[in-house]
Amino acid sequence: MAVDTKLPYEEQYISEYSQKRNEPEWFRNIRLNAFRQSEDLPMAKANKTRIIDWNFTNFKHDVAGEPIQSYDTLPEQIRVLLGDESEAENKNLIIVRNNDVAYANLSQDLKDNGVIFEDIFTALNEHGDLVQKYFMTDGVAVDENKLTARHAALLNSGIFLYVPKNVVIKDPVQVVFWQEDDEAAVFNHVLLVAEENSEVTYVENYYSANANKESVANLVSEVFAHANAKVSYGGVDNFAAGTTTYVNRRGVADRDAQIEWALGQMNDGNTISENTTHLKGDNSICNAKSVSVGRGKQKQNFTARIVNWGKDSDGYILQHGVMKDQSSSIFDGIGKIEHGATRANAEQESRVLMLDEGARGDANPILLIDEDDVTAGHAASVGRVDPLQLYYLMSRGISQQEAERLVIHGFLDPVVREIPIETVQKQLKAVIEGKVN
Amino acid sequence: MAGSTLEIKDLHVEIEGKEILKGVNLTINGGEFHAVMGPNGTGKSTLASAIMGHPKYEVTKGSVLLDGEDVLEMEVDERAQAGLFLAMQYPSEISGVTNSDFLRSSINSRREEGDEIPLMQFIKKMDENLDYLEIDKDMAQRYLNDGFSGGEKKRNEILQLMMLEPAIAILDEIDSGLDIDALKVVSKGINKMRKDDFGCLIITHYQRLLNYITPDQVHVMMQGRIVKSGGPELAQRLEAEGYEWIKEELGIEDETVGQ
Ligand SMILES: Nc1ncnc2c1ncn2[C@@H]1O[C@H](COP(=O)(O)OP(=O)(O)O)[C@@H](O)[C@H]1O
Ligand SMILES: [Mg+2]
Repeated sequence: MAVDTKLPYEEQYISEYSQKRNEPEWFRNIRLNAFRQSEDLPMAKANKTRIIDWNFTNFKHDVAGEPIQSYDTLPEQIRVLLGDESEAENKNLIIVRNNDVAYANLSQDLKDNGVIFEDIFTALNEHGDLVQKYFMTDGVAVDENKLTARHAALLNSGIFLYVPKNVVIKDPVQVVFWQEDDEAAVFNHVLLVAEENSEVTYVENYYSANANKESVANLVSEVFAHANAKVSYGGVDNFAAGTTTYVNRRGVADRDAQIEWALGQMNDGNTISENTTHLKGDNSICNAKSVSVGRGKQKQNFTARIVNWGKDSDGYILQHGVMKDQSSSIFDGIGKIEHGATRANAEQESRVLMLDEGARGDANPILLIDEDDVTAGHAASVGRVDPLQLYYLMSRGISQQEAERLVIHGFLDPVVREIPIETVQKQLKAVIEGKVN
Repeated sequence: MAGSTLEIKDLHVEIEGKEILKGVNLTINGGEFHAVMGPNGTGKSTLASAIMGHPKYEVTKGSVLLDGEDVLEMEVDERAQAGLFLAMQYPSEISGVTNSDFLRSSINSRREEGDEIPLMQFIKKMDENLDYLEIDKDMAQRYLNDGFSGGEKKRNEILQLMMLEPAIAILDEIDSGLDIDALKVVSKGINKMRKDDFGCLIITHYQRLLNYITPDQVHVMMQGRIVKSGGPELAQRLEAEGYEWIKEELGIEDETVGQ
């Protein structure tokens, strides 16, 4: 199938969109430069994954979203992510519906402490200097590949979360990105800055129901954990089969800082996911944990990468994936220790379970070490369900479907259990349940 | 007469094209305890596995009926739901699935949707049985057989037996690898099951289990067939004299399943 790989947009459109969003000039220029670069930049890399016929160009770019009138009007799949009504009302929560903020709440207490939690268009006007300092500078670069450039050019939603020095936020701060329109594109940017000694738990959910109509999600998250800050970043991606996703989540940890990723990569559509953390500072720590369930004919490519720059920095990657039906996935785990990162540690474990005859999985552990005095280790396995396990379960009366359900939950549970964010654990269990039945 | 009846008639079973069982006949009624004995490699586990529906074993001839219903036509889960239970010689380990979730699913698989066992009732029954089998309470929350010692696995099979209360149970080498104390506890559990509506087939190659559980009938298996049957005194004689006399009596040189 010949696929149009050129965006159906002109510079003029980008300019007008930026004006409509009231953006400062510097930001408009980033967009325009990105747009010009995007044509010549190479496609995002997806090791061993054929992406030539994936849809990256067919979508609606600018789709409004109605404000949310009441909890009851939300679809069940979103209510599950929020808890019951009173729970939802008390949350520090933003709901983005298509490309607009449809609901926003931040407690007075956090506001008084200087916490910023708002959509990126508001932030560009109200906290332009801060956004300019961090937006696609030291995290993800505009010109990394064609998709990062398109992201900057066409960004149509985003969140800015800023936690000032010494501020510790106890309860999770949550954002739900709801692609309600089947063809609406999500070019979403999350910018999370945790200043020195601060702590925050951020949880994001992507959800769509477009099983049959095509769209695109192009997501970039940049997380900056300054000295001794602690960021827990939970994400549950749950786009339907029609959405092709490129998601790039990047972290930078300064001295003594800690970044915890807890990702449920539960899309039903084709997906390229990259999750990279730079342990820049001495003693910085990153745990990157993820689970995934593939089904149908979807193809996915996951890269989890931790780069140790700082002395005594410590990185741990843990990913478990279950492949059903004819789905296939590549799991690359990359631990890189730079020269000078003495006593750094790079550990990783990737496990893939294939459930059906047509399912494919591949785990590639990669260690790249440019320093002598370090520790590193990896474990990887790819296997099929043991028919004797199913026999054993069924011999107690459990149906084959239920037996498979138990085995899948069981395979993912060691990761789910280790996820430090209870909300995400609960959400994941619910989403996994939805996918295995 | 109460309980179910399991009838095994002229059962022939192959594994990977090789015939292992060569015509087994055996009937177990509710209230009866049968022992199948025999040296290693004579087809005992094959019999148990074929009845339960192990994916590797192929029945080429004969029938297995439970209360007249054709067991061989049923899926593995349907056999269990019909009332069969097999305590396996080598139970699988299933990481990530807790014993308690597994048992609850198993119990509920025999009940109608909407009529699941109430959680409190389940916990109570579980606690009682754990106590009875002198199993540490934390086993309920451990992953199913994952990292269990041989003895723990055997006790867990009996725990499942007591929780599921099948009509007919087959216990394959439930005594192997157990020290004397564990053997007593496991026997205590099996004996507690004894009632009119429960039938049991105990497979073992030692007589010692039968010191604690008295069988109504004893069958000796060699070369993929039952070659001799008798009462409890047959087990006693095997304990005292071994299997040689049977081989001589029947003119068997190699008791295992030949080529
Ligand atoms: N998985 C298997 N693959 C191939 N041959 C087997 C397998 N299991 C059993 N057999 C054959 O069947 C014979 C009987 O085995 P089994 O029923 O396990 O005996 P028992 O339980 O009496 O020790 C073995 O001696 C072996 O030759
Ligand atoms: Mg055996």
